Amino acid sequence: MLEVDGMNVWFGAGATHVDAVQGASFFVGRGESFGLVGESGSGKSTILRAITGLAPGWSGRVEVDGKPVYRDRRDRAFHKRVQMVFQDPYASLHPRHSVDRVLSETLRLHGMDAIDRRVPQLLEDVGLGPKFRFRYPHQLSGGQRQRVAIARALAGEPELLLLDEPTSALDVSVQAEILNLLADLRGERGLTYVMVSHDLAVVGHLCQRLAVMQSGRIVEMLDVEQLRRGRAEHPYSRALIAASVSGGRTARAAE
Amino acid sequence: MRAWLLSDAPASRRQARLGRLYAGWLTFRGNTLAMVGLAILAALVLCAAAAPWIAPQDPYAQDLAMRLKPIGTPGHLLGTDSLGRDILSRLIWGSRTTLYIVTLVALIAPVVGLLVGTVAGYAGGVWDAVLMRITDIFLAFPRLVLALAFVAALGAGIENAVLAISLTAWPPYARMARAETLTIRNSDFISAIRLQGAGPVRIITQHIWPLCLSSLIVRVTLDMAGIILAAAGLGFLGLGAQPPSPEWGAMISEGRRFILDHWWVATVPGLAIFTVSLAFNLLGDGLRDVLDPKSGGSK
Repeated sequence: MLEVDGMNVWFGAGATHVDAVQGASFFVGRGESFGLVGESGSGKSTILRAITGLAPGWSGRVEVDGKPVYRDRRDRAFHKRVQMVFQDPYASLHPRHSVDRVLSETLRLHGMDAIDRRVPQLLEDVGLGPKFRFRYPHQLSGGQRQRVAIARALAGEPELLLLDEPTSALDVSVQAEILNLLADLRGERGLTYVMVSHDLAVVGHLCQRLAVMQSGRIVEMLDVEQLRRGRAEHPYSRALIAASVSGGRTARAAE
Repeated sequence: MRAWLLSDAPASRRQARLGRLYAGWLTFRGNTLAMVGLAILAALVLCAAAAPWIAPQDPYAQDLAMRLKPIGTPGHLLGTDSLGRDILSRLIWGSRTTLYIVTLVALIAPVVGLLVGTVAGYAGGVWDAVLMRITDIFLAFPRLVLALAFVAALGAGIENAVLAISLTAWPPYARMARAETLTIRNSDFISAIRLQGAGPVRIITQHIWPLCLSSLIVRVTLDMAGIILAAAGLGFLGLGAQPPSPEWGAMISEGRRFILDHWWVATVPGLAIFTVSLAFNLLGDGLRDVLDPKSGGSK
């Protein structure tokens, strides 16, 4: 579904040039759920932004569903196939647009018909009732906002969903709800996930395979079984697993 | 009705929109000073609309026998000017001119500023550089001098005065809109709509404008006082409305010759300008409370 080969991402030019990602390669199969783990600044979110075209300076080869993705051009088919959920639900919704406007505009951009019927359906899919339809973001809680953001990402019926730390800005109890919602949606719609997180428990709950990143490089690939048994080889992965023992409580809360 | 408007779960887009307007009105109504401003402006609009019926005299009718009568003269409540014309009637007819100028400037300057500012801010690069240097050039001119030059080139008259004021009034709006656009441009919700395949025109008009608009409207109402004064200033210099048409600035200008002996001739239109300017300022302050997105809008 998604293939990334030898991706480099940089910011700035000349004296301010910073390499954010160096030589990242990974493959995500259709219907699979793949995690990118690392501390902040390790470049994991930057990979997602490069795939979606939000970080313009990158090189390497990216293929979605066998079709190459160009550096600065994304066509309608790409936007329909690939969608993203942002980290901070307080920043990812337009403060002056109602939920109805956000969803109906997105549906219209994807050329959908019967918008009046689809909007309540989308809200229901993410566990929000019809009374939320005409609310504004400031009238919603963080978890409700993230549900709206997920509904927006799902509006175009994408196949690949990029999740940029979708729960890190939320309360622990709400985190579990959102993770369960994401797991359910994947099951119902056969979605492919690429999830970025610094929280191994969250990734372990949702993903089958994961890549550990450190300062812009992928240092190790693990599957969830290896993660659970703590069988990492790279010292950084081991440190990360050791550090997330306290995070294990989150995982149990989520399950 | 009230319950329907403030419903927690509106059933249709129309109900949601009306409910939001009503909630905004409730917030606005709580601000007494803003309501005073609104009342004064409503009175001004009524005056202008009903001028032929409420003006006691013909504003152009001269009566040299009755010239320079003081306030309270029977038949001339606010006195008469140097040609014996009734000041109250001229004031009422003059509200039309004032409203005309204010409306036109309020339509031209902020729209031009918003367009230039948001395009420069969103497009960036060469566009930003070119548009902002043009803005700088207009900003560098002293406002009244540019307006003077403009009126001198095109001829005196209300339309040219409006054009001159608009030309000098838009750069601050462009600056403001650009600054706002720069802070909005890289936010996640703009990224999100870009990911949905929206083009720059849609992003600027549908997503950036609504966020710039509230501060722009507030700024315009606060600037309104300055615009009225600039129009009055041009009128005072003889470059705006031409005699004998009743325009408040021109009326002050005529009255200044007698300001020591017959103070009311210049003072009464001056008070009118002051009142309307104050009303716009009060309204602007109230609108800021209702429209400012940082205060979360209407709860």
